[in-house]
Amino acid sequence: MAGSLKDQSCIVGIGESKYSRGTPYSDLELGLQASMAAIDDAGLKPRDIDAIVIPGGFGTTAGDYAACFGIEDLRFTASLEEMGGAMTVSAVETAAMALVAGVANYVLIPFVARWYSGMKAREGTANEASRIPAAMAVRDFYMPYGMGAPPQYYSWMCQRHMLEFGTTHEHLGTIAVTMRRHAQLHPNAVMRDRPMTLDDYMNSRWVTYPYHLLDCCLETDGAAAVVVTTPERACDLRQRPVYVAGIASGHPYPAHEIPNRRDMFTIGLTHAAPRAFAMAGATPHDLDFAEIYDCFTFQTLQQIEEMGLCKRGEGGPFVMGGRIELGGEMPINTHGGLLSQAHVCAMNHIVEAVCQLRHQADLRQVKDAELGAVCAWGGHGHGSIAVLRR
Amino acid sequence: MAGHSADYGKPLPLMRGYTKEFYDFCRNRELRFQRCTRCGAWRHTPRPMCGDCQSLEWKWEKVAGRGKVYTWTVTFQPLYPQFKQDVPYAGVIVELEEGPRMVSWVTGIDPMQLKADMPVEVWFDDVTPEVTIPKFRPLKF
Ligand SMILES: [Zn+2]
Repeated sequence: MAGSLKDQSCIVGIGESKYSRGTPYSDLELGLQASMAAIDDAGLKPRDIDAIVIPGGFGTTAGDYAACFGIEDLRFTASLEEMGGAMTVSAVETAAMALVAGVANYVLIPFVARWYSGMKAREGTANEASRIPAAMAVRDFYMPYGMGAPPQYYSWMCQRHMLEFGTTHEHLGTIAVTMRRHAQLHPNAVMRDRPMTLDDYMNSRWVTYPYHLLDCCLETDGAAAVVVTTPERACDLRQRPVYVAGIASGHPYPAHEIPNRRDMFTIGLTHAAPRAFAMAGATPHDLDFAEIYDCFTFQTLQQIEEMGLCKRGEGGPFVMGGRIELGGEMPINTHGGLLSQAHVCAMNHIVEAVCQLRHQADLRQVKDAELGAVCAWGGHGHGSIAVLRR
Repeated sequence: MAGHSADYGKPLPLMRGYTKEFYDFCRNRELRFQRCTRCGAWRHTPRPMCGDCQSLEWKWEKVAGRGKVYTWTVTFQPLYPQFKQDVPYAGVIVELEEGPRMVSWVTGIDPMQLKADMPVEVWFDDVTPEVTIPKFRPLKF
């Protein structure tokens, strides 16, 4: 189909650094570790890379990697700062466009996150120098009231959902506990050895009601990377290719002003998901699993609804009864997610989805996984989604 | 009570452009929002063009200052050291009768007693000689 990105690109390499709270490595060293692992996984050499899409954030640039990799003729670079944390999945979309257009052959997407030892998210939201797009509204109209941290403005949405649809802390806690159980099965999950019960969740302190501490994602250091190429080139490489069957990005409206949206629940993903599924020729119910940007428990529930796994307002009941656990009808965040593996802005979710679709996920393997989705969330509700197939 | 800016110690808006105009009205005990003079749409936070009709014509139109609680969060952990003395405090989205919503505080009530649609009215807190922050309190009948 002309103009479509359907099945026109493949993820052929994945790599991750060790995820930790605190690291002896620089941003670039972390990014190089993940990138070299991804390039090697693909069976490529660093000099084969001819395009680098830097999702954004933190301290590395395409030029840094190119200098280290001896890439004397880097053909294409891009950055997706406007997407906030959704920049990672949007970077795959940009890579696919560059490949389809013939601008590049092997695209590296490295992403470094230093949420533990670097600047905290809440310290950058009101700072224009942080390049976080909503900084003006936050600085001038939220911060005079001490409202600038992601758990604060995201919990506005959560509270409103609780009021309109009766969503409960048991629903949210089930998400937190499920992510933790999945993390126990992942050797590179920061919370691997820290089991959690629903009681632990309920008894954890309020950060900002309705969010407990255990509604909030981890702050960790680490990097992840993927290599994307065309299907023709993918066939010659080391791993079974994972196809980008559908991919799209979207924005809330107005993007930088949560309070004055018509409703609190229409987000970038609401617009992007139908585009991505239509491109893939699939529906949300065809998925074998979903890896969803779980910055907070409610934002996971909200994306479950907005990507179309259930109707708006039904996310609470949807997550109950083991449905989102490994072995359930729709396993979600099989690696533990941002809540219990590490916060790499869903680059780890992309890596996990590829692992699942290659059937390399060991104890976490979703049986016969053929089709999976990765949803990413950023800023005040930007969203992107990749529908990936084996 | 107005103190010196240096004593206040909490984050202040950057007083320039539309932001300064908004807060200068507050110092004069007026809550005003941008309103399109072509199609009548209100907008907040400020921007130069109407998203509904793309008109550049607008004025700062006064609202009555009454509204209701739309949603809120009650912050217990001092995420910002400048607000350590204030926890727990609620960041409330107030929906004004005229339509626009804004972030504020509802004072004079235990934040865990906030309710959806609770009627509130604006009051003006002169936090420094230069800056007045609009806050709300429960509206008494
Ligand atoms: Zn207008």
